Amino acid sequence: MNSSSILSIITFVYGAAVFLYLVELVFKKSLAGRIATVVTIIAFVGNTTGLVMRWVESYQLGFGHAPLSNLYESLVFFAWSIALLYIFIEWKYKNRVFGTLSTALACCAMAYASLKPDQIQPLIPALKSNWLIAHVFTCFIGYASFAIAFGISLLYLLRRFGGPAMLDRLPADNLLDELTHQLVMFGFIFLSAGIITGSVWANSAWGRYWGWDPKETWSLITWFVYAGLLHARFMRGWQGTRIAVLSIVGFLAVLFTYFGVNYLPGLHSYGAPS
Amino acid sequence: MTESNVSTGIWDAIWEFFASIRLTIILLFSLAVTSIIGTLIPQNKPPMEYLQAFGEFRFRLFNALDFFDMYRSWWFQLLIVLLVLNIIICSLERLSALSKILFVKNPKIKPSRFRKANNKIVFDTDDSSATLQKRYASILKRGFTYYKTETIDNGLWLYAEKWRWTRIGVYVVHLSIVMLLIGSLVGSILGFEGFVNIPEQESTNRIFLRSNGQAFQLPFEVRCEDFNVSFYDNGAPKEFRSRLVIIENGQTVVEKDIIVNDPLRYRGINFFQSSYGKLDAPQNHAADETPPESLDLRVIDKASGAAHDFTTRIGERQAIPGGKGEFKVLAFQPHLTFGGQDIGAGLQVEVTLTGKAPETILLPLHFPNFDKMRGGALFFTVTGQKRRDFSPTEKSERYYTGLQVTKDPGVPLVYAGFITMLVGFVISFFMSHQMVAIEITSRGSGSRISVSGASSRNKLGMDRKIERLSAQLQKS
Ligand code: HEM
Repeated sequence: MNSSSILSIITFVYGAAVFLYLVELVFKKSLAGRIATVVTIIAFVGNTTGLVMRWVESYQLGFGHAPLSNLYESLVFFAWSIALLYIFIEWKYKNRVFGTLSTALACCAMAYASLKPDQIQPLIPALKSNWLIAHVFTCFIGYASFAIAFGISLLYLLRRFGGPAMLDRLPADNLLDELTHQLVMFGFIFLSAGIITGSVWANSAWGRYWGWDPKETWSLITWFVYAGLLHARFMRGWQGTRIAVLSIVGFLAVLFTYFGVNYLPGLHSYGAPS
Repeated sequence: MTESNVSTGIWDAIWEFFASIRLTIILLFSLAVTSIIGTLIPQNKPPMEYLQAFGEFRFRLFNALDFFDMYRSWWFQLLIVLLVLNIIICSLERLSALSKILFVKNPKIKPSRFRKANNKIVFDTDDSSATLQKRYASILKRGFTYYKTETIDNGLWLYAEKWRWTRIGVYVVHLSIVMLLIGSLVGSILGFEGFVNIPEQESTNRIFLRSNGQAFQLPFEVRCEDFNVSFYDNGAPKEFRSRLVIIENGQTVVEKDIIVNDPLRYRGINFFQSSYGKLDAPQNHAADETPPESLDLRVIDKASGAAHDFTTRIGERQAIPGGKGEFKVLAFQPHLTFGGQDIGAGLQVEVTLTGKAPETILLPLHFPNFDKMRGGALFFTVTGQKRRDFSPTEKSERYYTGLQVTKDPGVPLVYAGFITMLVGFVISFFMSHQMVAIEITSRGSGSRISVSGASSRNKLGMDRKIERLSAQLQKS
């Protein structure tokens, strides 16, 4: 069994977790919730195993490199980051209400990955840099954090503007708001670190740390949006709906940085439309 | 109103404008939105391309708005300058107030602040205030760096705090942004970005600037000793490697192999591997310079596989059997180019299929299957030629190495800014100035205890801390 087949099974394990968390949310069966937690942990362990195996397989092919070098690998790592962050949140807040949403995000990332070419490719010269590993790692931890904040903001708005009754089981508004805020701060640090490591890498490969290429620019746009959110909240006390809207706008910018930019002209070759 | 009044009025208004957080938010979102333009319109292309893509009217409009080089336009730079003024002035205004908090030796306890705190927890005990004071003091001293006790309003107050200095965290972040912008300014004024192509075994001290294409003299010579490119089995490039030598006053001072991601740095000037190419005249393929004695061609019908061989001369018309049409060799060329690459010697052939317009095709001598790619009903190939391996690793060819040459004295400041920013984030997001106060008032033989706290950030965290602290005090 190779890493690709393990990872495609893991997609379904995440799917099962989505279902179980949903059962808990709708029918208030706490047993389903406890099983969901176990299933999520299994999926996370499997996801980790898949990544490690892929790393090992790349060495067996003779050009070993960290599994963070193309769209497929980055999506798998994205799912991994979301699962890790969610498991931490569930443990810290002793609350499973965000389970459906987070595992669904992880499941989507894995399912989307499965549509992408999954061969292990050797690295082209520009990608042979430890900064690349640091860059992708930090970016995706940040993206995962923004993704969960996005989901929570969406739930917040849904409930606010007349969503289904089961949303009443969500924690109080101010806790949702606080959690969004914490996740955005956490994500912001990692996004910043991602932009910084990316700049250092660009400087070592091309002799310039910033070149306004579309991907760089979009990551900066994302950074501006979240910086705006944080200032609005710190200094002008924005809360609730307005912060939720900004958090959604910010995540749309993340998605565009990740996928949309490939439809614009530029240097970053990740996942060019195929 | 006197004149000086008017002018201070204006200065105050300007100061206030820059000291507003509303300006910050507006600027941040304006930068986010305007930055999008430069990602939708490719930047710094030749004017003709824009004219073709946009038509005359939009071309003029966009050109007037600097959309074709927008990150260097006056209005975009203005937004950035406003942002810097905003950060600096805002921070200055806050810092004077902040320094009063930061540098007090003996912080004042404001009873009302702690009595009104939302997180206040009150409980009663049987112990006297004197024993409680001793016990509580040891608990507070363990968790905080500053501790004091005072009698206010007939109560005994124990006060402790820590991490007062973390209030500067935000200013550390803001400082880092100023460092980044100054660093990039230094780079754009004192640095340059250029490129040079150096053939193997040759040296130069002249490079070309990217900004205007002009030549620029380096204070030393750089020589390319050797260039190598290697490939993976799947044809993807594996490594580009140039052996560079720096020659100063006729002396070799540095020698280094550079690859992508590992440049040569000498006296503040950096050499990056950025491209490569083959020199025009392959020296030892003299055979390619003259046409073959006889032109042997084969025409293959793709559908049936039927093949016909011809021996022909330049300019001679040949009919293809079966009434399919005719062809004639127009010319021999020592260097055909395809997709921008030299594919070696070959023929230009005009093919006229029955009922179709004539079409000119290329037949390289060394790539027999080349014409198959065209996808026509018939495919042509040159026979009687040995297939030569055109792998670029073949050392008989001469290469030039393409180097990116840069100097950027702003980089250390920018990198210092990066580190400062991350440190500032950790301080301002994860640490806060924490203050707790315990008020002990006598009630009969026992005491009433009120515990409450305040922090510069993370109020929820402080609430939880107060809960834990009061539980600990009750148990003690
Ligand atoms: C991008 C350029 C930035 C500008 C123009 C800017 C500007 C400002 C201004 C004008 C203030 C209010 C004045 C003050 O309290 O000193 C402020 C406050 C603040 N800024 Fe920024 N800032 C920027 C970036 C950042 C970043 C990246 C962060 C990190 C998240 C940050 C975090 C904060 C915080 C936490 C405050 C609140 C300070 C307080 O509570 O006193 N700023 N910023």
